[in-house]
Amino acid sequence: MENKKTVKVLIAKPGLDGHDRGAKVVAQALKEAGMEVVYSGLHRTIDQIVNIAVQEDVDVIGLSIMTGAHIPITQKLFQKIKQKGIVDKMVFVGGVIPSKDVPTLKELGVAGVFPGGTPLAETIQFLQSISKKG
Amino acid sequence: MAVARYIKDEKDQILDVILESGIHVKPLYSPKDLEAIGFSYEKDVADPGEYPYTRGIHALGYRSRAWTTRQYTGFGTPEETNERFKLMISHGQTGLNVAFDLPTQMGYDSDDPMSEGEIGRVGMAVDTLKDFEIAFKDIRLDKIGSGLTINAVASIMLAMYQAVAEKYGYDPKVISATPQNDILKEMIGRGAWIFPVEPAVKLIGDTIEYSMTVLPRTNPVSVCGYHIRESGATPAQEIACAILIANAYIDNVLARGYDVDAFVGRFSFNLNVFGNMWEQVAKFRAARKLWARNLKEKYNVKKPQNLFLRGLFGGGGYGLTKAQPENNIMRGAYYALVAALSGAQTTALCSYDEAFTIPTPHSALLSLRTLQLLMDEMGLRDTVDPLAGSYFIETITKEMEQKIEEEMDKIEKFGGIIKGVSEGYIQRLVARQAFEVEKGLESGELQKVGVNIYKEGESMEVELHEYNWESAEKQIESLRGVKRERSEKDVARSLKELESAARDGKNVMPSLVECCKAYASVGEMAGIFRQIFGEFNEPSLF
Repeated sequence: MENKKTVKVLIAKPGLDGHDRGAKVVAQALKEAGMEVVYSGLHRTIDQIVNIAVQEDVDVIGLSIMTGAHIPITQKLFQKIKQKGIVDKMVFVGGVIPSKDVPTLKELGVAGVFPGGTPLAETIQFLQSISKKG
Repeated sequence: MAVARYIKDEKDQILDVILESGIHVKPLYSPKDLEAIGFSYEKDVADPGEYPYTRGIHALGYRSRAWTTRQYTGFGTPEETNERFKLMISHGQTGLNVAFDLPTQMGYDSDDPMSEGEIGRVGMAVDTLKDFEIAFKDIRLDKIGSGLTINAVASIMLAMYQAVAEKYGYDPKVISATPQNDILKEMIGRGAWIFPVEPAVKLIGDTIEYSMTVLPRTNPVSVCGYHIRESGATPAQEIACAILIANAYIDNVLARGYDVDAFVGRFSFNLNVFGNMWEQVAKFRAARKLWARNLKEKYNVKKPQNLFLRGLFGGGGYGLTKAQPENNIMRGAYYALVAALSGAQTTALCSYDEAFTIPTPHSALLSLRTLQLLMDEMGLRDTVDPLAGSYFIETITKEMEQKIEEEMDKIEKFGGIIKGVSEGYIQRLVARQAFEVEKGLESGELQKVGVNIYKEGESMEVELHEYNWESAEKQIESLRGVKRERSEKDVARSLKELESAARDGKNVMPSLVECCKAYASVGEMAGIFRQIFGEFNEPSLF
């Protein structure tokens, strides 16, 4: 049996939007599924989010975006991730995401996209599969 | 999202129904139920227009006046918003409800780095008075009232509204603005807060105090149970929080030495309509009664019309689903029916595509038509409070009253709403419930059409409202233009006055109006508040 490491996830709310019901629900679900969860709180800049990710040494960064600005925000995150040399961190995105934008997000390097209405089990399973790979 | 929990036997017979607020619904109600709760027509409901106003605040209900329709509108540049306002008015909409973009709501100018990618995205961008001049051009501000959906910087936007009205030649005494202006609910849900609790509540007190004399037709605060419910609260908690929040604002103004009757009559409420329909009707009826009693008994309010719970009952955003989005059109119709059966003064509906995007003109119009159908075609204006006297409705209205009081007691026991919000007690409670609802949906204990039952069928993509990068550029250009043309001397002087008013704890409204008239920007005014008040420190939840 391999040693199973607990996945540590940062749930982050980038930008000015304050709709955090979804982010908080996902945070609680991941916690209950046995993961370690850090919640960024509201109104975080990408710099702040990347700094938290480094300080807390998380494995995964989850962005919750409801405003429609998911593509520019995600682009910015990946620029910063490269700058900081933390390309090993996995990124997933949730929120109000139209399906036509999913391929663009994936091209940017997002490992999983979970629009509103995705069953929690799906997100949990996705993150657990990462821990097995790791 | 889901409406109630159903306990069934193996033959799909319903054994018990548990409403979100914890009320058990019985299979049958009869006069015995009214007897059991000690129902008294005079004491518990009374005629519409009579204390405790359970049946409504106006004797004739919608016979004397249909509800005001106020679809939430605004995006892109002020020009685009003005166009959409006019479109909605031309289709019979009777009030405006202005959506602001996030930078404006958060007190940043369009040229601030924090605003990048968000300019005009979820509402209209407002940097200076010039934007309001464009947005409200050719709109009769003496005839049509405007909801201003903004909170942390509501004081600034109310000042801006007065400034634009004066610019167009209206006496401030005739204009009617309803800034949302409820910061405590932003801290519980929605999240567009900036300043710490104490100065943020003080700013709200300033707008109430100022409106008493300068803007007498304005409703300076719209207390929103709405977003607390959206964030996970039960209907009973929604009302409990709303009443306690309203009391916190009353207390702030009372401490300035005013008589409660001088201002509380202008308070309004914004409450949610999704959920089990009977529970919502009971909620609104109980809320009117409890608000009136709260004002009479706790605050000794004298004038009957000051005891009215006036409100926008509508929205229903959390009830709508991304799955099978056209179902949201039908949901919206039922939500509107609930609002009408509950005696809403003002209403608005979330549009069916709002789980995807901001509404297109088509979907916004469908919502407006839904509302108009009820009043003008289906007979909802015929008679006031048509459900009154139903054994069932009167019983659960009374039960709802008790549930709301229990929730109020819980918060008071913790130390009150201000402490509850400052320390995250309410936020934790609400987040926990949101999680429980999700779990209920996943286990199937809660049912939602298209989500966990009746999932068959084509999923559809809706037409998306595209973000316009050119509009954003145009907005930044326009701000630069204003900055080139305005008198820097006047701006500096008015901002300096604002700074000393804020520092000395004076009412900031007169200085804000001067700043707006000098074309100081929202970012400049909010920047002064940021510097003096600091920012809210979000309590940690997990």
